[in-house]
Amino acid sequence: MRASAGDVSAQVRQGRVSATSITERYLEAIESFDGKLHAFLTVMAGYAVEQATRIDKLVEMGKDPGPLAGVPVAIKDNLCTRGILTTCASRILENWRPPYSATVVKKLERAGAVIVGKTNMDEFAMGSSTENSAFGVTRNPYDADRVPGGSSGGSAAAVASGLSVVALGSDTGGSIRQPAALCGVVGMKPTYGMVSRYGLVAFASSLDQIGPFGTTVEDVALIFSVIAGHDPRDSTSLKVRRDVDTGSLVLAPAGVAASGQEGTADAPDGPMLDEDAYIWPAGHSLLDGAIEGLRIGVLEEITSDAAPDVRRRVEEAAAALVSLGATVEEVSIPELHYALGAYYLIAPAEASSNLARYDGIRYGLRVDAEDVTSMMSRTRSGGFGSEVKRRIMLGTYALSAGYYDAYYGQAQRVRAVLVDAFAAVYRDYDVLIGATTPATAFGVGEKTGDPLAMYLSDVCTIPSNLAGHPAISVPFGAGDDGLPVGVQVLAPALGEPVMFRVAAAIESAARSLPPPPVCFADGMGVQSDMGDGHA
Amino acid sequence: MGMSDLVGYRGYEPVIGLEVHCELDTLTKMFCGCPNSFGDAPNTNTCPVCLALPGSLPVVNEKAVELAARIGLALHCEVRSSIFHRKNYFYPDMPKDYQISQYDEPINVNGWLELPASGVRIEIERAHMEEDTGKTTHVGGGGRIHDSSFSLVDYNRAGVPLVEIVSRPDIHSSEQARQYVSELRMLLVSIGASKARMEEGSLRVDANVSVRPEGSGALGTRCEIKNLNSLRSLVRAIEYEIERQVDLVSTGQVVVQQTRHWDEAGGRTIALRSKEEAHDYRYFPEPDLVRLDFDSDRVARIAGALPPTPEQRRARIMSLFDTSTGADLVATIVEMGLDVLVISAIEHGVVPDRALSRTANEAAARVEDALNLDPGTYARLLMMEQDGKLTPTQTKAVLQAMMDSGGEPESIASTMGFEAMEPDAMVSVVTGIVDAHPDEWQRYRDGESKLAQFFVGQVMKATRGKANGKEVIAALDKLKADAL
Repeated sequence: MRASAGDVSAQVRQGRVSATSITERYLEAIESFDGKLHAFLTVMAGYAVEQATRIDKLVEMGKDPGPLAGVPVAIKDNLCTRGILTTCASRILENWRPPYSATVVKKLERAGAVIVGKTNMDEFAMGSSTENSAFGVTRNPYDADRVPGGSSGGSAAAVASGLSVVALGSDTGGSIRQPAALCGVVGMKPTYGMVSRYGLVAFASSLDQIGPFGTTVEDVALIFSVIAGHDPRDSTSLKVRRDVDTGSLVLAPAGVAASGQEGTADAPDGPMLDEDAYIWPAGHSLLDGAIEGLRIGVLEEITSDAAPDVRRRVEEAAAALVSLGATVEEVSIPELHYALGAYYLIAPAEASSNLARYDGIRYGLRVDAEDVTSMMSRTRSGGFGSEVKRRIMLGTYALSAGYYDAYYGQAQRVRAVLVDAFAAVYRDYDVLIGATTPATAFGVGEKTGDPLAMYLSDVCTIPSNLAGHPAISVPFGAGDDGLPVGVQVLAPALGEPVMFRVAAAIESAARSLPPPPVCFADGMGVQSDMGDGHA
Repeated sequence: MGMSDLVGYRGYEPVIGLEVHCELDTLTKMFCGCPNSFGDAPNTNTCPVCLALPGSLPVVNEKAVELAARIGLALHCEVRSSIFHRKNYFYPDMPKDYQISQYDEPINVNGWLELPASGVRIEIERAHMEEDTGKTTHVGGGGRIHDSSFSLVDYNRAGVPLVEIVSRPDIHSSEQARQYVSELRMLLVSIGASKARMEEGSLRVDANVSVRPEGSGALGTRCEIKNLNSLRSLVRAIEYEIERQVDLVSTGQVVVQQTRHWDEAGGRTIALRSKEEAHDYRYFPEPDLVRLDFDSDRVARIAGALPPTPEQRRARIMSLFDTSTGADLVATIVEMGLDVLVISAIEHGVVPDRALSRTANEAAARVEDALNLDPGTYARLLMMEQDGKLTPTQTKAVLQAMMDSGGEPESIASTMGFEAMEPDAMVSVVTGIVDAHPDEWQRYRDGESKLAQFFVGQVMKATRGKANGKEVIAALDKLKADAL
């Protein structure tokens, strides 16, 4: 069995296993297995051992290193790590080392996690296969000829292959859930604003959200509970508290993060100001509660067009929920047909602006030229890959004078319509379920020549990003080809508690999926079902 | 009034709108905690946010919002909820290659500013928030970007909070433009919103200039003039541009819509780029920031704490006088910021004329030092003079000492030995002086009244300024009457 975060931290906190020995085992595993997968862009060996040593010292001193004590974590290479390469899998940031760490990275480390490396991705998170990385493809651990999905393909592959216990990715249109489904792990996108984006290299600011990967819903809930919470450095970060009586999440009276810095000239890496570090005292309680009586809709628009084997898994999941006492009905939101179109205007538009700063002036690649304009132009031409350029051009066009209203403006109106349509459905249903992806993992190179076909692989996941809602993909057995299938649970904004409960129920009913052929399953050095890791 | 106002512009009327950028006087920048400070070593006031490092995010400076609202209220604007937009264009001194600004939902709209001399109201279209850029220095080749060998960028100014105040095209001469900027500058300082120093670039002006036949209601094609770094350049550039445009239209040529650069040394404007080359800024709502809510309570709170505008301060002093004479003097006093001294003195019982003249003469001569005086202490000094405890000469000496090194007027007067003379002692000094100058005394008695000043001078000399001139004359008159 691949190790779980809960087990690792429990053993480390009790002093049964040292964080250092766990870290070293994982670093060795990455060394021996990652050549086949290329899940990692940077392995942080020295740094990880330092962190592990620090945690072991805390344990020796009788102090609690936190709920993730000694847990190996892999993080997507678009999350800033102080002094450590953060490339976004792009030539333009090939040698960039940030002088600061993302809020989520600080939160993980404060909880005792050990960051073992930075994972591969589609360049600037633009893609669905991790083939758009400037530094080579990541392979699906279940079949090296298949893609792991994307854009967080490296994180999904790392967790699926046991090279990391948990991982972080970012999800702008499905970039956590889609690779999670294709690699047979759990992946979750939180409510927009639940997790600080400070230190996440922006792709599309109004859609981006950081979220966890794990082998179990419990692990994902645990990581979520550590990284969620208000951050004064992110103005879109929500002030949320958990109602003690009902267990549900409610916005704090102040609502959305208000403005408010003046005279707080704290250093970029100074102390964080968030008062409530964890919304949940322990992630586990997120899974408590019955399914009985819940009203669940099977969302037609993200299910009926899926491949028959994927659709069957969704139907089996629905049947399992019925057997647990939930009411399950088919439900349709016809407006979702416009989601993909709206997404491919809004996301590129924001990206065209977010990526303007890569101009060769202050950091990253610079291709010299006779004057500043040519220098910028040559730097960007040489530094960005073709998919990134395609989206910058799409987005620039969508925002141009005379076209704004027809494209960007219209897409924003569609977005508002979608939010309303979801709200109407959530008056009758607690959560919705459906497919995470239209099909199981496709072949490496299969869709690289056809951008539109590639874009369509996000059709089931995009609606939650446009609405700002949480969603999670849970592995549910295999398709006809033996590759993993994911079932998706969608919930309204702040609906994480009920979403996790339903996800855990689906997980418990799922047909077991064997670990992938490329797998390190001996993380804690204790007895393992999988022996040397090869099934 | 400028020469051109007298002779007109050959049958054409200039139409001018001004865009004034002012840096807000905050401790920190608009979207990060870096110091907002002028003149520091290059690139020392920077952080991931104002350098636009990947992953960094902006957080709005609450103080900047308050100051922006103050500007709106002082300009009689509607202050309301607003959003930020991104203004996209590439420039090396703009770290994100977009500027966070406000577009179609700015914080302040529809106000006005009254020109003090004429009472003309210039309407304000909007006053919105945005961030400043860094500063580029082109090295070699005469300092212009085109022929320089390399350029250096200082990002200390990048992200400094700005408010851009946009007037409607209500201005019709360079002199009106000068008055508008001058009054606006004073207002910004007065309400504590900006240091508004043109020489440091904390107040910058762009002028939109067009001309039209007198009597026409239509607007001509405008040119925007940049690089106006002083009131003098503003006036010169507008004059030049009006003449240039009148030359064109009066000879049947057309004005091309352009952005033009004021060349101070050459005394002319030069075309930078035409409308066709203008940027498409691709404005869209800034997704990293949320709506800035402004309810009526918050507006009322800021309005309640708004320091008085120059207009209000002038009105305040004028209301303390019986007549409206001295309006120019009052305007000057307000411009210098010395009106608080006048008002304090009058409130403590000093006669208005005395309060104004002491301030306009002695205090105004040393404005910087006078601004450090405590108004209450200043008022006590003037009351000592009014009560006859100090002579005018002594009062001036004590005031100089207070401006030199502070202190209380009572103790300074005492240290200087400025004890008020007992009346008997003064009379005996006067008698002594009269006895010592029999010829002059005889002539004075015979009606040569200007000799009074001679005797006052002698008494002052003998008493080292302690005597009160008026009392000396009264004593002389009494002696004269007694001798009859």
